[in-house]
Amino acid sequence: MTASDTDPLVRVRGLNVTFAQKRLLGPTRSVRAVHDIDFDIGRGETLGLVGESGSGKSTTGRALLRLVPVESGSVQLAGQELTKLRGGELRKLRAAMQMVFQDPYSSLDPSTTVGASITEPFRVHQGLSRNQAWPRVLELLELVGLPASHANRYPYEFSGGQRQRIAIARALALHPKLIVCDEAVSALDVSTQNQVINLLEELRAEFELSYLFIAHDLAVVRHIAHRVAVMYLGRLVEVGPAERVYERPAHPYTEALLSAIPVPNPQRAGERERIVLHGDLPDPADPPAGCPFQNRCGYAMDICRESMPPMTEVADGGTVACHLQTTGPRLAGAVLRDANLSVGSGQ
Amino acid sequence: MSDHAIEHPQAPGLRRFLRRFRTNRTALVAAVVLALVTIISLSAPLLAPYSLHEIDVPNRLSGPTPEHWLGTDSLGRDTLSRLMYAGQVSLAAAGLAVAIAIVLGVPLGLLAGYRGGVLDWLLGRGADVLMTFPAVVLAMAIIAATGPGLTNAMIALGVVYSPRLFRVVRSATLSVRQETYVEASISIGTPALSIIARRILPNVLSPLLVQISLMLAAALLAEAALSLLGLGVVPPTPSWGGLLGVGFTEIRTTPLLVWLPGIAIAITTLSFNLIGDGLRDALGRETRKGD
Repeated sequence: MTASDTDPLVRVRGLNVTFAQKRLLGPTRSVRAVHDIDFDIGRGETLGLVGESGSGKSTTGRALLRLVPVESGSVQLAGQELTKLRGGELRKLRAAMQMVFQDPYSSLDPSTTVGASITEPFRVHQGLSRNQAWPRVLELLELVGLPASHANRYPYEFSGGQRQRIAIARALALHPKLIVCDEAVSALDVSTQNQVINLLEELRAEFELSYLFIAHDLAVVRHIAHRVAVMYLGRLVEVGPAERVYERPAHPYTEALLSAIPVPNPQRAGERERIVLHGDLPDPADPPAGCPFQNRCGYAMDICRESMPPMTEVADGGTVACHLQTTGPRLAGAVLRDANLSVGSGQ
Repeated sequence: MSDHAIEHPQAPGLRRFLRRFRTNRTALVAAVVLALVTIISLSAPLLAPYSLHEIDVPNRLSGPTPEHWLGTDSLGRDTLSRLMYAGQVSLAAAGLAVAIAIVLGVPLGLLAGYRGGVLDWLLGRGADVLMTFPAVVLAMAIIAATGPGLTNAMIALGVVYSPRLFRVVRSATLSVRQETYVEASISIGTPALSIIARRILPNVLSPLLVQISLMLAAALLAEAALSLLGLGVVPPTPSWGGLLGVGFTEIRTTPLLVWLPGIAIAITTLSFNLIGDGLRDALGRETRKGD
C-alpha cells in the first residue's frame, strides 16, 4: 500500500495505556498495558496486530476507539487528534470508527431484534426513527449476505458466523473509515472464518475501509493483512509488510510465534524447527528492565538486560526493536535462523 | 416470514414475551384472577349491590342470603359490597408502596451499577442503612408519629422496600454492563442515558419484574397487618386487613367475616407470587429449543 506512507488514516504516536488497581490499603498497583506504541494505518490498508494473550493487542484497539482511557500519546484519525476530544465531540466522531468484537454471542443485545440493533447507529447519529432507518437496515443485511427477511429475528436465532455478519453490518452502517476487528473471527469455526474474512475483504475493497485486525491466529492474519505488527508485553516489537515478517522475521519473538503456526500437512510438520518458549509472560505490573522478551529469548545478550532496544529499520521494510539488529554487529541485518546460536528449541 | 412482515420493524420483545407467558398455565390463571379482582374492585361503585355505608339493621350478622350474598357485618352492612370497596384501598395501598420503591430503587440502581465508583459505594451504603429497618415496624413508628392513616405508612413502606429493588437492579446492571453489546453501543457513540434505557433496562427487566410482583404481595400483606392492628385505614373506610380486624370480634358467631377478607388477601397474594414465577420463566434468556 503506497498511500500509507504519505497520508496515513490512523497515526498513533507514543500511545500509553495504564490500568490502575486501587486498593483500600497499600500502594496502587498499576499495569502499563500499552507501552509507547507507534504505528500508522493507511487508507484501505489492513494492519494485522498479533501477540499472545495479555500482550495488549485488544487494549491497543480499544484505546484507538477511546473505549479505554488513554494515559498519554497521540492518536490521529484522518489528521484529527482523538485523545483530546470530550463528550459530544467524541461521540460524533465515533461514526468514523467502529469495532467488530470477538464474541458474536454477546455483541448483540439478546433482548431486541437484530434489525433494531442495526438501527442504533442511525438513531444516534442521524436521528432516524426505526421506521425511517428500516430500508437501510435491510440493505445492510443484504450487503453482508443475510436475507433481509431476518431483520425481525432475535440474535439467538442465528449462528455465530451469521451474528458476526450482523455485527459487521452494524459497524458498516455509518460508512466508517476505520474498523477495529478484535479477534473478529477467532470464535468461529474454520469454514465460517473464511467466509467472514472474504466478506471483510470485499467490504474493504468496496468502501476503502481500513482495518486494524487483531488476532492471535497468525495464519488468518497472513491471509488478510497488508502489514503486520507484533506485540509483546505491551510493546510493539516488530512492524513490517506481511510478506517480509512472515518470510524473514527480524525479532526472535516473531520467529517463535511463526514457528507455532500449525503445518497443515502432518508429514511435513516434522521438517520444521519448532521454537518452544519457556517461562511465562512477565508480570506486566513489574516488567523486567531492558528488553521485555529477555527471559524467554534464545539469543539474550547482556545488553538485553540493561536497556530496551530502540526501533530500527529492517532491510526489507518495517522496523524491529531488538539488540540483535543494533549492537549484535555480526548479526545485524542477518536472518535469524541463519545465526549459529543455540535456540531454546523443544527438549 | 412473509415479505409484508419485513417491511416494518417489529416492536421487540413484547410478542415473544406474550407467547412464552401464555404457555405457562398457572401464571396465566393467576393473571386472570388478579385481573378479575382488580376490575371488580375498581368498578365497585357500579357493581356493588349496596353502598359502602348502607346499614340493614334487621339483617345484621346474617349469613349468605338472597339479599346479601355474602352476609352482613355487626352493623348490617353488606359484606360483598364492602369487600369490593376494600379491594380498592388494599390494592392502591400496595401499589403506592411498590411505586415509591420503584421510583427510588430502579433509577438509582441503574445509575450505581452503570457508573460504579464512589457513587455506587455511597448509594450502596445508603441502601444498607435502609435495609436495617424492619419494614412493618418502621411503618408503625411513622404512624405513631403522624397518626393513623395508610398513605404515610405506605410511603414509608415503599422507602424501606426500595433497597431491595435497588440491589436487584444494581447487580443485574453490573453484569449487563460487562456485556459486549454495551461496549458496542458505547463505540457507536450512543449517549449514556440512551444506553441505560435501551440496552441495560430491557436486560435487567426480568429479575426486576419478578421482584416487583413479589413485593406487591408483601406490601399487600403489610397493609393487611397494619390495618388488622388498627394502624392502617381509619374506619369506616374498609380495607381487606381492616375488615379482617373488625371481623375478629364476631369470629365465634359469624366466622365468614374473617374468612372472606382472608381469602381475598390470600388469593391476591398468591396471584402476585405465581405471576412472579411466570414472569421469571417468560423473561428468562431465550434458549434454543424445539418448539
